[in-house]
Amino acid sequence: MHIAEGFLPPAHAVGWTLAAAPFVVHGARRVATEVRERPENTLLLGAAGAFTFVLSAIKLPSFTGSSSHPTGTGAGAVLFRPPVMALLGTIVLLFQALLLAHGGLTTLGANVVAFAVVGPWAGYGAYRLTRRVGGGLLPGVFAAMVVADLATYVTTAAQLALALPDAETGIAGALVKFLSVFALTQVPLALGEGLLGVLLFRALTANARPELERLGLLAPAPEPAR
Amino acid sequence: MTRSRLVTALLVLGVVVLIALPLVLDGGTSEFAGTDATAAALAEERGAQPWFESVFSPSSAEVESGLFALQAALGGGVLGYVLGRLRGRRLAERSREDGGT
Repeated sequence: MHIAEGFLPPAHAVGWTLAAAPFVVHGARRVATEVRERPENTLLLGAAGAFTFVLSAIKLPSFTGSSSHPTGTGAGAVLFRPPVMALLGTIVLLFQALLLAHGGLTTLGANVVAFAVVGPWAGYGAYRLTRRVGGGLLPGVFAAMVVADLATYVTTAAQLALALPDAETGIAGALVKFLSVFALTQVPLALGEGLLGVLLFRALTANARPELERLGLLAPAPEPAR
Repeated sequence: MTRSRLVTALLVLGVVVLIALPLVLDGGTSEFAGTDATAAALAEERGAQPWFESVFSPSSAEVESGLFALQAALGGGVLGYVLGRLRGRRLAERSREDGGT
Protein backbone atom coordinates (compact mmCIF):
# COMPACT_ATOMS: atom_id res chain seq x y z
CA MET A 1 0.00 0.00 0.00
CA HIS A 2 3.00 2.33 -0.04
CA ILE A 3 2.81 4.58 -3.09
CA ALA A 4 6.46 5.13 -4.00
CA GLU A 5 8.16 8.51 -3.59
CA GLY A 6 7.35 11.01 -6.34
CA PHE A 7 4.76 8.83 -8.08
CA LEU A 8 1.75 11.05 -7.42
CA PRO A 9 1.47 14.28 -9.44
CA PRO A 10 2.16 17.39 -7.30
CA ALA A 11 -1.52 18.44 -7.21
CA HIS A 12 -2.51 15.00 -5.85
CA ALA A 13 0.39 15.00 -3.39
CA VAL A 14 -0.71 18.37 -1.99
CA GLY A 15 -4.38 17.36 -1.98
CA TRP A 16 -3.84 14.13 -0.04
CA THR A 17 -1.49 15.88 2.38
CA LEU A 18 -4.16 18.50 3.12
CA ALA A 19 -6.76 15.73 3.51
CA ALA A 20 -4.57 13.76 5.92
CA ALA A 21 -3.34 16.64 8.08
CA PRO A 22 -6.47 17.28 10.19
CA PHE A 23 -6.79 13.56 11.00
CA VAL A 24 -3.16 13.40 12.14
CA VAL A 25 -3.44 16.58 14.26
CA HIS A 26 -6.66 15.31 15.83
CA GLY A 27 -5.01 11.92 16.42
CA ALA A 28 -2.03 13.55 18.11
CA ARG A 29 -4.40 15.42 20.44
CA ARG A 30 -6.24 12.19 21.27
CA VAL A 31 -2.98 10.41 22.09
CA ALA A 32 -1.87 13.31 24.33
CA THR A 33 -5.25 13.32 26.13
CA GLU A 34 -5.18 9.56 26.57
CA VAL A 35 -1.69 9.63 28.11
CA ARG A 36 -2.50 12.58 30.37
CA GLU A 37 -5.93 11.48 31.61
CA ARG A 38 -5.52 7.72 31.66
CA PRO A 39 -1.81 7.03 32.18
CA GLU A 40 -2.66 3.41 33.05
CA ASN A 41 -3.49 2.94 29.35
CA THR A 42 -0.06 4.07 28.12
CA LEU A 43 1.17 0.47 28.06
CA LEU A 44 -1.72 -0.61 25.83
CA LEU A 45 -1.13 2.40 23.61
CA GLY A 46 2.45 1.18 23.21
CA ALA A 47 1.15 -2.28 22.34
CA ALA A 48 -1.13 -0.85 19.63
CA GLY A 49 1.74 1.09 18.06
CA ALA A 50 4.17 -1.81 18.36
CA PHE A 51 1.71 -4.22 16.75
CA THR A 52 1.34 -2.14 13.60
CA PHE A 53 5.12 -1.48 13.60
CA VAL A 54 5.87 -5.22 13.46
CA LEU A 55 3.15 -6.24 11.02
CA SER A 56 3.84 -3.52 8.46
CA ALA A 57 7.55 -4.46 8.39
CA ILE A 58 7.00 -8.07 7.36
CA LYS A 59 6.34 -8.93 3.74
CA LEU A 60 4.61 -12.27 3.35
CA PRO A 61 4.07 -14.52 0.33
CA SER A 62 0.56 -14.99 -0.97
CA PHE A 63 -1.30 -17.41 -3.25
CA THR A 64 -1.00 -15.09 -6.24
CA GLY A 65 2.78 -15.57 -6.47
CA SER A 66 3.48 -12.08 -5.15
CA SER A 67 4.07 -10.84 -1.64
CA SER A 68 2.76 -8.01 0.46
CA HIS A 69 2.59 -6.88 4.06
CA PRO A 70 -0.25 -6.69 6.58
CA THR A 71 -1.12 -3.39 8.28
CA GLY A 72 -1.95 -4.20 11.91
CA THR A 73 -3.95 -0.99 12.35
CA GLY A 74 -7.20 -2.71 13.34
CA ALA A 75 -5.98 -3.59 16.84
CA GLY A 76 -5.34 -0.01 17.93
CA ALA A 77 -8.59 1.16 16.30
CA VAL A 78 -10.53 -1.34 18.43
CA LEU A 79 -8.62 -0.47 21.63
CA PHE A 80 -8.54 3.32 21.40
CA ARG A 81 -10.83 4.25 18.47
CA PRO A 82 -9.44 5.19 15.06
CA PRO A 83 -8.11 8.76 15.64
CA VAL A 84 -5.25 7.43 17.75
CA MET A 85 -4.14 5.25 14.84
CA ALA A 86 -3.90 8.30 12.56
CA LEU A 87 -0.87 9.40 14.61
CA LEU A 88 0.62 5.95 15.25
CA GLY A 89 0.22 4.95 11.59
CA THR A 90 1.86 8.19 10.45
CA ILE A 91 4.88 7.48 12.65
CA VAL A 92 5.24 4.04 11.01
CA LEU A 93 4.96 5.55 7.51
CA LEU A 94 7.49 8.30 8.32
CA PHE A 95 9.97 5.72 9.63
CA GLN A 96 9.62 3.73 6.40
CA ALA A 97 9.74 6.79 4.12
CA LEU A 98 12.86 8.22 5.75
CA LEU A 99 14.91 5.11 6.51
CA LEU A 100 13.71 2.45 4.07
CA ALA A 101 12.87 4.45 0.92
CA HIS A 102 9.52 2.69 1.25
CA GLY A 103 6.70 5.08 0.49
CA GLY A 104 7.83 8.70 0.50
CA LEU A 105 7.41 12.25 1.73
CA THR A 106 5.49 13.46 -1.35
CA THR A 107 3.18 10.44 -1.08
CA LEU A 108 3.01 10.50 2.73
CA GLY A 109 -0.39 12.24 2.71
CA ALA A 110 -1.97 9.67 0.40
CA ASN A 111 -0.39 6.78 2.29
CA VAL A 112 -1.55 8.20 5.64
CA VAL A 113 -5.12 8.45 4.32
CA ALA A 114 -5.04 4.78 3.20
CA PHE A 115 -3.07 3.24 6.08
CA ALA A 116 -3.81 5.44 9.09
CA VAL A 117 -7.27 6.89 8.37
CA VAL A 118 -9.41 4.75 6.03
CA GLY A 119 -8.03 1.40 7.26
CA PRO A 120 -8.58 2.06 10.99
CA TRP A 121 -12.02 3.61 10.47
CA ALA A 122 -13.20 0.76 8.22
CA GLY A 123 -11.83 -1.77 10.72
CA TYR A 124 -13.52 0.02 13.60
CA GLY A 125 -16.80 0.03 11.66
CA ALA A 126 -16.49 -3.73 11.11
CA TYR A 127 -15.80 -4.18 14.85
CA ARG A 128 -18.85 -2.14 15.90
CA LEU A 129 -21.05 -3.97 13.39
CA THR A 130 -19.86 -7.37 14.65
CA ARG A 131 -20.55 -6.38 18.27
CA ARG A 132 -23.96 -4.99 17.38
CA VAL A 133 -25.12 -8.24 15.76
CA GLY A 134 -24.07 -10.05 18.92
CA GLY A 135 -20.48 -11.08 18.12
CA GLY A 136 -17.99 -11.21 20.97
CA LEU A 137 -14.74 -9.28 21.36
CA LEU A 138 -12.60 -11.78 19.45
CA PRO A 139 -14.84 -12.11 16.37
CA GLY A 140 -15.03 -8.32 16.39
CA VAL A 141 -11.24 -8.03 16.47
CA PHE A 142 -10.91 -10.56 13.64
CA ALA A 143 -13.34 -8.56 11.48
CA ALA A 144 -11.58 -5.30 12.35
CA MET A 145 -8.13 -6.59 11.38
CA VAL A 146 -9.30 -8.14 8.09
CA VAL A 147 -11.36 -5.14 7.00
CA ALA A 148 -8.71 -2.56 8.01
CA ASP A 149 -6.11 -4.44 5.97
CA LEU A 150 -8.27 -4.81 2.85
CA ALA A 151 -9.69 -1.27 3.02
CA THR A 152 -6.15 0.15 3.12
CA TYR A 153 -5.13 -1.61 -0.08
CA VAL A 154 -8.37 -0.78 -1.90
CA THR A 155 -7.81 2.88 -1.00
CA THR A 156 -4.25 2.78 -2.38
CA ALA A 157 -5.54 1.27 -5.64
CA ALA A 158 -8.17 4.03 -5.87
CA GLN A 159 -5.57 6.74 -5.23
CA LEU A 160 -3.35 5.40 -8.01
CA ALA A 161 -6.33 5.10 -10.38
CA LEU A 162 -7.32 8.71 -9.68
CA ALA A 163 -3.80 9.87 -10.50
CA LEU A 164 -3.39 7.66 -13.57
CA PRO A 165 -6.79 7.16 -15.25
CA ASP A 166 -7.01 4.87 -18.23
CA ALA A 167 -7.03 6.53 -21.67
CA GLU A 168 -10.18 4.69 -22.80
CA THR A 169 -11.85 3.30 -19.71
CA GLY A 170 -11.06 6.21 -17.38
CA ILE A 171 -10.66 5.97 -13.62
CA ALA A 172 -12.81 2.85 -13.33
CA GLY A 173 -10.65 0.96 -15.81
CA ALA A 174 -7.48 2.03 -14.00
CA LEU A 175 -9.00 1.02 -10.68
CA VAL A 176 -9.62 -2.51 -11.95
CA LYS A 177 -5.97 -2.76 -13.04
CA PHE A 178 -4.52 -1.50 -9.75
CA LEU A 179 -6.95 -3.62 -7.73
CA SER A 180 -5.79 -6.67 -9.67
CA VAL A 181 -2.26 -5.99 -8.37
CA PHE A 182 -3.30 -5.60 -4.73
CA ALA A 183 -6.63 -7.17 -3.90
CA LEU A 184 -6.30 -10.94 -4.37
CA THR A 185 -2.77 -11.05 -2.94
CA GLN A 186 -4.02 -9.30 0.15
CA VAL A 187 -6.89 -11.68 1.01
CA PRO A 188 -4.89 -14.50 2.67
CA LEU A 189 -2.65 -11.93 4.38
CA ALA A 190 -5.68 -10.14 5.77
CA LEU A 191 -7.04 -13.42 7.13
CA GLY A 192 -3.66 -14.21 8.70
CA GLU A 193 -3.60 -10.75 10.23
CA GLY A 194 -7.09 -11.41 11.62
CA LEU A 195 -5.81 -14.53 13.37
CA LEU A 196 -2.81 -12.61 14.77
CA GLY A 197 -5.19 -9.97 16.11
CA VAL A 198 -7.21 -12.68 17.86
CA LEU A 199 -3.96 -14.03 19.40
CA LEU A 200 -3.05 -10.53 20.64
CA PHE A 201 -6.46 -9.94 22.20
CA ARG A 202 -6.47 -13.38 23.82
CA ALA A 203 -3.20 -12.43 25.49
CA LEU A 204 -4.63 -9.04 26.47
CA THR A 205 -7.83 -10.60 27.86
CA ALA A 206 -5.77 -12.95 29.99
CA ASN A 207 -3.36 -10.30 31.28
CA ALA A 208 -5.08 -6.93 31.00
CA ARG A 209 -8.74 -7.66 31.70
CA PRO A 210 -9.31 -4.62 33.97
CA GLU A 211 -7.81 -2.32 31.33
CA LEU A 212 -10.03 -3.79 28.60
CA GLU A 213 -13.07 -3.41 30.90
CA ARG A 214 -12.23 0.25 31.53
CA LEU A 215 -11.96 0.78 27.76
CA GLY A 216 -15.45 -0.71 27.42
CA LEU A 217 -14.35 -3.69 25.34
CA LEU A 218 -15.33 -6.32 27.89
CA ALA A 219 -18.21 -6.36 30.33
CA PRO A 220 -16.99 -6.43 33.94
CA ALA A 221 -16.66 -10.09 34.92
CA PRO A 222 -18.09 -11.47 38.12
CA GLU A 223 -15.45 -12.27 40.75
CA PRO A 224 -13.42 -15.04 39.09
CA ALA A 225 -13.59 -18.40 40.80
CA ARG A 226 -10.11 -19.54 41.68
CA MET B 1 -6.39 -24.15 30.57
CA THR B 2 -5.46 -26.95 28.18
CA ARG B 3 -8.39 -26.03 25.96
CA SER B 4 -7.15 -22.45 25.85
CA ARG B 5 -3.63 -23.66 24.97
CA LEU B 6 -5.08 -25.79 22.15
CA VAL B 7 -6.93 -22.81 20.70
CA THR B 8 -3.73 -20.74 20.82
CA ALA B 9 -1.78 -23.49 19.09
CA LEU B 10 -4.43 -23.82 16.38
CA LEU B 11 -4.43 -20.05 15.79
CA VAL B 12 -0.63 -20.03 15.41
CA LEU B 13 -0.88 -23.04 13.09
CA GLY B 14 -3.49 -21.21 11.00
CA VAL B 15 -1.16 -18.23 10.53
CA VAL B 16 1.78 -20.48 9.60
CA VAL B 17 -0.35 -22.43 7.10
CA LEU B 18 -1.63 -19.25 5.45
CA ILE B 19 1.95 -18.10 4.89
CA ALA B 20 3.61 -21.43 4.13
CA LEU B 21 0.96 -22.89 1.82
CA PRO B 22 1.52 -20.38 -1.02
CA LEU B 23 5.24 -21.21 -1.02
CA VAL B 24 4.61 -24.96 -1.00
CA LEU B 25 1.83 -24.96 -3.61
CA ASP B 26 3.80 -22.69 -5.90
CA GLY B 27 6.73 -25.06 -6.23
CA GLY B 28 9.26 -22.36 -7.05
CA THR B 29 7.67 -20.90 -10.19
CA SER B 30 6.88 -17.43 -8.85
CA GLU B 31 9.24 -14.72 -7.70
CA PHE B 32 6.90 -13.35 -5.02
CA ALA B 33 7.61 -9.77 -6.03
CA GLY B 34 6.18 -7.17 -3.68
CA THR B 35 2.83 -5.67 -4.71
CA ASP B 36 4.07 -2.14 -3.92
CA ALA B 37 6.89 -2.53 -6.45
CA THR B 38 4.53 -4.12 -8.99
CA ALA B 39 2.11 -1.22 -8.60
CA ALA B 40 4.97 1.27 -9.07
CA ALA B 41 6.03 -0.54 -12.26
CA LEU B 42 2.42 -0.49 -13.51
CA ALA B 43 2.20 3.22 -12.71
CA GLU B 44 5.38 3.94 -14.68
CA GLU B 45 4.03 1.88 -17.59
CA ARG B 46 0.98 4.10 -17.54
CA GLY B 47 3.06 7.24 -17.74
CA ALA B 48 3.74 8.21 -14.15
CA GLN B 49 6.92 10.27 -13.97
CA PRO B 50 8.48 10.28 -10.51
CA TRP B 51 9.39 13.91 -9.78
CA PHE B 52 10.98 13.46 -6.38
CA GLU B 53 13.67 11.10 -5.10
CA SER B 54 13.76 9.45 -1.68
CA VAL B 55 15.85 11.52 0.71
CA PHE B 56 17.70 8.39 1.75
CA SER B 57 17.79 5.00 0.02
CA PRO B 58 19.39 1.93 1.56
CA SER B 59 22.46 1.29 -0.58
CA SER B 60 21.86 -2.45 -0.99
CA ALA B 61 19.15 -5.09 -0.53
CA GLU B 62 21.09 -6.32 2.51
CA VAL B 63 21.04 -2.92 4.20
CA GLU B 64 17.36 -2.57 3.37
CA SER B 65 16.41 -5.96 4.83
CA GLY B 66 18.44 -5.10 7.92
CA LEU B 67 16.45 -1.88 8.39
CA PHE B 68 13.18 -3.78 7.92
CA ALA B 69 14.38 -6.25 10.53
CA LEU B 70 15.15 -3.31 12.82
CA GLN B 71 11.59 -2.05 12.41
CA ALA B 72 10.15 -5.47 13.25
CA ALA B 73 12.54 -5.86 16.18
CA LEU B 74 11.57 -2.48 17.67
CA GLY B 75 7.88 -3.37 17.38
CA GLY B 76 8.34 -6.91 18.68
CA GLY B 77 10.49 -5.71 21.56
CA VAL B 78 7.98 -3.11 22.72
CA LEU B 79 5.08 -5.55 22.32
CA GLY B 80 6.88 -8.19 24.40
CA TYR B 81 7.78 -5.61 27.06
CA VAL B 82 4.16 -4.43 27.33
CA LEU B 83 2.70 -7.95 27.55
CA GLY B 84 5.34 -8.88 30.14
CA ARG B 85 4.59 -5.78 32.23
CA LEU B 86 0.83 -6.42 32.07
CA ARG B 87 1.28 -10.05 33.07
CA GLY B 88 3.61 -9.11 35.92
CA ARG B 89 1.12 -6.52 37.13
CA ARG B 90 -1.67 -9.12 37.13
CA LEU B 91 0.39 -11.76 38.94
CA ALA B 92 1.45 -9.24 41.58
CA GLU B 93 -2.17 -8.19 42.16
CA ARG B 94 -3.23 -11.79 42.47
CA SER B 95 -0.56 -12.73 44.98
CA ARG B 96 -1.36 -9.57 46.98
CA GLU B 97 -5.02 -10.60 47.11
CA ASP B 98 -4.07 -14.11 48.18
CA GLY B 99 -1.56 -12.86 50.78
CA GLY B 100 -3.87 -10.20 52.30
CA THR B 101 -7.04 -10.90 54.29
